[in-house]
Amino acid sequence: MVGALAHVQADAGAVIDVHDVSHRFDLDGKSLPVLNRVSLRIEPGELVSLLGPSGCGKSTLLRLVAGLETPTVGTITADGALVTRPDPSRVVMFQDPTLYPWRTVRANVSLGLEARGLLRRQVHRVDEALQLVGLTQFATAYPHQLSGGMAQRVSLARALVNDPRLLLLDEPLGKLDSMTRMTMQQELVALWQRTGFTSLLVTHDVEEALFMSNRVIVLSDRPAAIRADVVVDLPFPRHRGDPRLAELRREILGLLGLDADW
Amino acid sequence: MSSASLTPGEASLADFPPLHEARAGFWLIGLVAAAAWFGAAMVIGGLPDIDDFERTDLLARLASGLAGLLFVVSVGERVIRFTIPAKLRKTGPWLLFLALALTAWELVTAKFMILPRPFFASPQALLEVFTDDYERLGDSVWNSVRLLAGGYVIGAVAGFAFGVAIGWSRAVGYWAHPVLRLVGPLPATAWLPIAFFAFPSSHSASTFLIALATGFPVTVLTWSGVAGVNKAFYDVARTMGASQRFLVLKVAIPAAMPSVFVGLFMGLGASFSVLVVAEMMGVKSGLGWYLQWAQGWAAYGNMYAALMVMALMCTGLITLLFRLRDRLLAWQKGLVQW
Repeated sequence: MVGALAHVQADAGAVIDVHDVSHRFDLDGKSLPVLNRVSLRIEPGELVSLLGPSGCGKSTLLRLVAGLETPTVGTITADGALVTRPDPSRVVMFQDPTLYPWRTVRANVSLGLEARGLLRRQVHRVDEALQLVGLTQFATAYPHQLSGGMAQRVSLARALVNDPRLLLLDEPLGKLDSMTRMTMQQELVALWQRTGFTSLLVTHDVEEALFMSNRVIVLSDRPAAIRADVVVDLPFPRHRGDPRLAELRREILGLLGLDADW
Repeated sequence: MSSASLTPGEASLADFPPLHEARAGFWLIGLVAAAAWFGAAMVIGGLPDIDDFERTDLLARLASGLAGLLFVVSVGERVIRFTIPAKLRKTGPWLLFLALALTAWELVTAKFMILPRPFFASPQALLEVFTDDYERLGDSVWNSVRLLAGGYVIGAVAGFAFGVAIGWSRAVGYWAHPVLRLVGPLPATAWLPIAFFAFPSSHSASTFLIALATGFPVTVLTWSGVAGVNKAFYDVARTMGASQRFLVLKVAIPAAMPSVFVGLFMGLGASFSVLVVAEMMGVKSGLGWYLQWAQGWAAYGNMYAALMVMALMCTGLITLLFRLRDRLLAWQKGLVQW
């Protein structure tokens, strides 16, 4: 991944402030609490993981930060401004690549620029993004011709072309095979380090969270509350076999009540 | 189908001839079909007709001409190194069957009149319609196509716009849904009396009915296509700053296109039946009118000829629609066509 979009800036990342947020869903007339008084501050350029049991509400928190939904109680600010709706400075990469099947790879990556009417002037950024994820040769392919890993790279390029200040990652590697996943973890870390955006990663993979992030926020069962805020005090790039990671892994599994067979 | 002349004894694995040599035999089924067409020509021209038919000679000449052509093609592969197109090769059995069918038809009508006249027309009587009445027949086709195209385009465009509106806007859906449910399934031809009363001319009334018949399936399937779009597609575009307009034009509509084409196909089928009924009832031209007119004069040969033309017209229009779909929805298929 040779750097085309790589221009590290001190202020390339957003500050995110989640203040006392609670959220509930209406399901068949019943009210289902999903988040319970969550407060969280993410500093510029930080990569923070949300880790928690399946269905605990971590993806909901991410959708709230993206502005796709509005919290029932509490406020979320990005760079001091209240988040009320989606904004291209906060781009989401979903678990499924969700590429538009009727568009070529190139047209999919162009999406954000086209939606904002910038495509004509900034068309070079599409090429840069494609180059960044190593898919220049597949620019004219259609999504059904791509492997799962390639499709997810296109999805990454589609996010990066917007030059986001916050990249929201909603289990983006969850459906990939383990080898592709490890490669993409390294690539994402390298990219994040070079570019300097802030990032929030939702995952249920403890190792992934520890390998990639500055801090791991451990959430409880639904309704999710913050159970612990674990700082991963290791420099990047990290080594998967680092004894400190094993130590932290044990601590986190303990917090999740999963350390019985350690 | 190709006649590789290999007797079982001499073919060992070692001395198999190269593929192109193995294929350079005679096209056996082509030869058989040529013989069958020649036989048909002999029956038509050789046996006496039961009545005075004008085009017997022409029919016999056409059949023998086809036989000659088939013969040349069949042996051509060996003699002049000409490669028979795969598509033609595939039609071999059909060519043979058609020759036999024509012979049988000729025998039971023109030669021995086993089937009663005038309800069963002979092949040469049909041919006579095409040679002698082509002007009126051609006129009818042209008028039918014009009427159909006008109604179909109006119905398809209106149905598409209406379907998108219902699928997209909750308010439009609220008001349109009950009306669509009640009125939509009604056969368009049921409106015939009202339409001919309410519209100034039978042409405009028929256009309206055809548009109505086309519009209903197009509306419903466009609507269902738009309603069924993966919600994540909208999330993706929204996080990237897409406007409502962009979401409709660049996300909802392209995603709904496969479903829209199902509606367009169903609408085309429905429009054919309305076209024929409308032309039989009020319009004084077109294939439906020709059918009615021919029946009135007991000119059954003309009726069969018109039916044949109508079948060709309908299948041609459907082929056209499918070509358009394949072109627009190339992304859907396994292979990208350029």
